[in-house]
Amino acid sequence: MNPLIEINHLSTHFHTGSGTVKAVDDVSFRIHPGETVCIVGESGCGKSITAMSIMGLVEGPHGKVVNGSIQFDGKDLLRISKEELRRIRGNDISIIFQEPMSSLNPVITIGKQIMEPLMIHQRLSKKQAYARALELIELVGIPRAEQIAESYPHQLSGGMLQRIMIAIAISCEPKLLIADEPTTALDVTIQAQVLETLRQSKEQSNMSIMLITHDLGVVAEMADYVIVMYAGKIVEEGEVTELFERPKHPYTQGLLRSKPIIGQRTEELFSIPGQVPNPLELTESCYFHDRCDSCMDICRTRQPELKQVSASQRAACWLYEEEAQHE
Amino acid sequence: MSEHLLEVRHLKKYFPITAGLLNRTVGHVKAVDDISLTIQAGETFGLVGESGSGKSTVGRTILRLHEKTDGEVLFKGMPIHELSKAEMSKLRPQMQLIFQDPYSSLNPRIRIGDAVGEALVNHGLATKEEARERALDVLEACGLSSYHYSRFPHEFSGGQRQRIGIARALALNPDFIIADEPVSALDVSIQAQIINLFKKLQHTRGLTYLFISHDLSVVEHLCNRIGVMYLGSMMEMASRDELFSQPLHPYTKALLSAIPVPVPKLKRERIVLKGDIPSPANPPSGCKFHTRCPYAVSRCKEEIPEFRNVGGDHFVACHLV
Repeated sequence: MNPLIEINHLSTHFHTGSGTVKAVDDVSFRIHPGETVCIVGESGCGKSITAMSIMGLVEGPHGKVVNGSIQFDGKDLLRISKEELRRIRGNDISIIFQEPMSSLNPVITIGKQIMEPLMIHQRLSKKQAYARALELIELVGIPRAEQIAESYPHQLSGGMLQRIMIAIAISCEPKLLIADEPTTALDVTIQAQVLETLRQSKEQSNMSIMLITHDLGVVAEMADYVIVMYAGKIVEEGEVTELFERPKHPYTQGLLRSKPIIGQRTEELFSIPGQVPNPLELTESCYFHDRCDSCMDICRTRQPELKQVSASQRAACWLYEEEAQHE
Repeated sequence: MSEHLLEVRHLKKYFPITAGLLNRTVGHVKAVDDISLTIQAGETFGLVGESGSGKSTVGRTILRLHEKTDGEVLFKGMPIHELSKAEMSKLRPQMQLIFQDPYSSLNPRIRIGDAVGEALVNHGLATKEEARERALDVLEACGLSSYHYSRFPHEFSGGQRQRIGIARALALNPDFIIADEPVSALDVSIQAQIINLFKKLQHTRGLTYLFISHDLSVVEHLCNRIGVMYLGSMMEMASRDELFSQPLHPYTKALLSAIPVPVPKLKRERIVLKGDIPSPANPPSGCKFHTRCPYAVSRCKEEIPEFRNVGGDHFVACHLV
């Protein structure tokens, strides 16, 4: 099966007063139709910037996609005109952000905000768009659609707003939905509702989802394929069951071990020592080396490449490289 | 009575809603509505609930950062809300608070060593010199080094700032610490470090914690006893093992089942609750949970369930148990 979107060697840099931050550093992956790919990592690892780069939302003059290509539907999203990109955004690829409160316009009714993309991208008349908006509100599990369509964002709760965001995002039946921490700001019981809504809308239209999250529980529940990022780079990727059962990279292993799990209490939680490196002070090395239990000499001086380590997994770690053993 | 370090009896805290030109009170938000709990010395009590359940208000009212509306808070047998200002400020060093957001709880212009020692000097418990010694001590106990003393907050990461927040609370050598969502703003790998620090400090210093959190998996790792709050009321309270192995209240069950578990392809019976949390200004009649409860019967709408002991210090407020 051909991939829906193929990202090759994507690099996004930010120029700051004290140096260049490589927020996304040579990242490649692909998403197939109907697949859910989760990108996990801690704050500052570049997962959101990857999403922003795909959507063409990295803002100059400080931030810039400096290298790579994003193949979607036979086009390179980084090299098409603004007008073409506008037609794809919201139509073929749409995005949901973390904060539903700040992603909606406070002075326009919910109904109008759902109708807008329908009228622009699908060329529906006002009447048709309104009818479709009501359908969408019901589709994401909110009752009393007509009343909701007339209300303003401040009248709804966070969980409802996030479902409205999903309604807007799926309104044009996109092929790819990017969801950037869609449930982080929500309570667990509401999170369960929103994840359920995402799953249902995916089943109905066979769209692909790129889900960005820091919560490994959410990953296990939603993902088909998982990508783990650390300091701007992919350190490990693989099929979800395989990756959770046999994580290869020490960082993935550490992440999985440090999450407290209900019903599996231990006297002391495992914790990864130290903290994420300063992105301005990165040198040629494995970026994880100073927090790693199995750090070797080579880890301090050379960067490992992402290589196949099992049938469905790839990891960037010298532990799995023959070169390292020879030195 | 004196074996309890803290005893809260029928505590209520209502915030007035005012409206109009004359700021007349038109209603009340019942943030905390008749909560009772006891905490023994040396234990960790976990208070769980979703946003708006009133768990933080409980913490703040216990410390008298809010004046109570009704009820009683006894700390070592002393009624906190009846004390005079002078008596209160004498008592304050014994009870400390750690906040959720390590970014906004530190003054950006004060060196962190001074921030840690500040309270000692203010309470007249130490001279500047002694405060410095003590600050270095507690910073080290919290996993920071002496060269961090003269740095400013912006030079630290979130996890380190939370350590500073803990050091500040520890500097006064308190018996009782209320930690209000201390790990929610942190990444998983850092969260584990801080949870371990809490445990270690409890062992070495014999601290008692009231740990407020929305994350049941964190609470399970840290707390001996747990109370579950919903819309200002306690729904269930039991020892950790009881609560996790035999949750009785439908809300506790739903909360437990809603937490995503990092095991892929695990099919669980999930109770997905319908609807949102109702407004605390206008809570539902009878049992506050009846609007979202999958098992609600007509009695739940009319009668407020009693918060009662169902055996073995397991308390629950539900008609159906």
